[in-house]
Amino acid sequence: MSSHDVVITGIGLVSSLGEGPEAHWQKLTQPGLEPVLEAELFAPYTIHPLPEIDWNLQIAKRGDQRQMETWQRLGTYVAGLALDDAGIKGNDALCATMDMVVAAGGGERDEAVDAAILAASESRNDRDVLLNEKLTTELRPTLFLAQLSNLLAGNISIVHKVTGSSRTFMGEEGAGVSAVETAAARIRSGQSTHVLVGGAFQTAHYDMLLGYELAGYLHRGAWKPVWQRQGSEGGGVVTGSGGAFLVLEQREHAKSRGRKIYAELGPVLSGRARRRHGELNAEIAALLKQAALPDGELLTISAASGAHAATAAEKAVLDANPSLAVRAFSTLTGHMKEAQFPFAVALAAMAVDRGAGYPVFDATLERPFEGAPNSVLATAIGYHQFEGLGLVKAA
Amino acid sequence: MANLRDHMGRPIVAVTGIGVVTSLGVGKKDNWAALTSGKSGIHPITRFPVDHLNTRISGMVDFLPSSSKGASHLTYELAETAAQEAVSEAGLDSDDFGGPLFLASPPVELDWADRFSLYNSDKQDAGAERLLRVARGLKELDIFDTTQFGSIADRLADRFGTRGLPITLSTACASGATAIQLGVEAIQRGECDKALSIGADGSATAEALIRFSLLSALSTHNDIPGKASKPFSKDRDGFVLAEGSGALVLESLEAALARGATILGIMRGCGEKADDFHRTRSKPDGSPAIAAVRAALADAGLGEDEIDYVNAHGTSTPENDKMEHLSLSTVFGERIGSMPISSNKSMIGHTLSAAGAVEAAFSLMTMRESVIPPTINYDNPDPAIVLDVVPNKKRNAEVGTVLSNSFGFGGQNTCLVMAREPV
Repeated sequence: MSSHDVVITGIGLVSSLGEGPEAHWQKLTQPGLEPVLEAELFAPYTIHPLPEIDWNLQIAKRGDQRQMETWQRLGTYVAGLALDDAGIKGNDALCATMDMVVAAGGGERDEAVDAAILAASESRNDRDVLLNEKLTTELRPTLFLAQLSNLLAGNISIVHKVTGSSRTFMGEEGAGVSAVETAAARIRSGQSTHVLVGGAFQTAHYDMLLGYELAGYLHRGAWKPVWQRQGSEGGGVVTGSGGAFLVLEQREHAKSRGRKIYAELGPVLSGRARRRHGELNAEIAALLKQAALPDGELLTISAASGAHAATAAEKAVLDANPSLAVRAFSTLTGHMKEAQFPFAVALAAMAVDRGAGYPVFDATLERPFEGAPNSVLATAIGYHQFEGLGLVKAA
Repeated sequence: MANLRDHMGRPIVAVTGIGVVTSLGVGKKDNWAALTSGKSGIHPITRFPVDHLNTRISGMVDFLPSSSKGASHLTYELAETAAQEAVSEAGLDSDDFGGPLFLASPPVELDWADRFSLYNSDKQDAGAERLLRVARGLKELDIFDTTQFGSIADRLADRFGTRGLPITLSTACASGATAIQLGVEAIQRGECDKALSIGADGSATAEALIRFSLLSALSTHNDIPGKASKPFSKDRDGFVLAEGSGALVLESLEAALARGATILGIMRGCGEKADDFHRTRSKPDGSPAIAAVRAALADAGLGEDEIDYVNAHGTSTPENDKMEHLSLSTVFGERIGSMPISSNKSMIGHTLSAAGAVEAAFSLMTMRESVIPPTINYDNPDPAIVLDVVPNKKRNAEVGTVLSNSFGFGGQNTCLVMAREPV
């Protein structure tokens, strides 16, 4: 234990299961919990929808809410939950010195404008002119700001006054891994004392589904747990709206302000297997080895997406290590892209904090874990590229 | 023997390779010749029709093989071209770089050309449902790759043999500076002894232009394109959308000296501060930009009187140039009137995600060449902004230290301090 250890002092979560760590703990520890699904809206695709959210609770000004679309509102809201949980929200001095690393994709496009342009393109050959004509007259001027990747962080600065620094990483699950890894490295080296880190994903939008389906990654037909989608119609991913933010803090800093510590964040490791060269299994195995896992049975919170190749590789490597008792939470929340790794770390920290594991999320392919976890592993193997994992330990 | 640690005990970070592409050309040689002769790269838009557009000029890079292939392909080629120049200059193996990659690049979206072609490939149903149905039948990943935020960096990692998971980032118009800052910090933490930092932006599509235009951010002085970008002038009316790339090979000074590399400059310090005032406007008192400049100076261990030249963000928007003047004059006091401060954007326009990296490259060359590139189009000075902008003609000057500013939408403020020599 050292004063520059990284500890987790705040957790903000939203998924189809609800909001906040307590609600997620209650739900996820119910044996046989049924997922919340929306199977009609985007049929043949199923999604896990957002729960009902009172945005006013974290975004007081209606004007701020109006400047954002759902993705940014969601991220700003979840960030607020984490800041509240860490006792930092509203503390001007702590917010002004707090660093921030957000993992982000892009915001929502105007579906009606896009659909009108596409419809008109069927009868026009001058499509570039059509584009100018429609976009100049029909786009809402400030929509651009709701689409920019770094404006989730921008809105967090405006709404919650986090202004020490603001960095946005892009790149699907890998962005979430790098965000947590970089934030932790900054704290360990003394570059930061406290960092807000996380991401959000709003899937209830055609373009967000298209980002997967251009490579045929989405699962079609009836919902199944992530480990059981091989061979089903489609590519295996069921998406979900949600987000996860963490407050990571230098141990000394957290102790000096007397905050509750959920857990220590141990090593965070990332990698880039050249998957076309068949390197994924070996890369995951190498990351596990580098993590210096503790002896004995280890609860493992997997952010597996269900994407056939990546999920099969992860399962093969995890199965080869008989001490790992795996829980794939996306079975119950859906895949939340950039938020996957922060979400996994949050669930791991909650288990360490409460000294209890989660029941199986898949009664067929996950096995019971009865002990009181002292360490929990969190993994995020990207549906298409990039891998990471982290070890969360008792504080 | 130079010190290998800085005033905070961290490894000193040297620059051993520089690459750049802008509308002025490929590579440092052509860019520097044009930049120091006050040549503008701003030209009429030919990549797409300009019907209905208020702005019909840009600093697009139209001379690369990927220039007409969409934002993702062009951004990749810009990044690769600049990185190849930088890695070659550093004398490192260009397919086995062996350090991490930090890429500043624009957020990606499915290009309209692909939207149109997917949509019109059949006639069933309509709108986004048709796109999804067609998408899942695709046999190739080409279009998919253009929509993944990590794909450009993934390709670059393959191409240059960088180590680990590459970081793709966006801090809007400060992105290029943030990519450099991330590389500097990784070396300072001792995680690596070299890093490849790239800022690249090939996203000047019609939709991007229209989006900035709807926010009234762009110059509409279309008649003489080379005259449109006029930072610090009274009649400045917006920035000129542009493309480009800048790449730096960063190395710990110790590692660079040990292998006998030429030291092109030193990254002395980085500073940042987020603004919580507004999505596109700065806090009226300029305090976040002021704090970012001061943080960079403190990180560099330099006083206000130890900066020789400022490479301005200088976008040519009414707001930026006013606020940049306010923040610089607050930090540097009376001395600001006699410090040379020039804007590369007067010639190359605003290269957005690349700007911080392109301008860091030019800042380093300014020190090495002892020549300050001018701020061109300075014919009608703004009387409210009293600065020595190195008007219209280059200036020979010994420059030992540079402050380079990058400010962006979303309250992003990042400043870099560079020096010619190690301490």
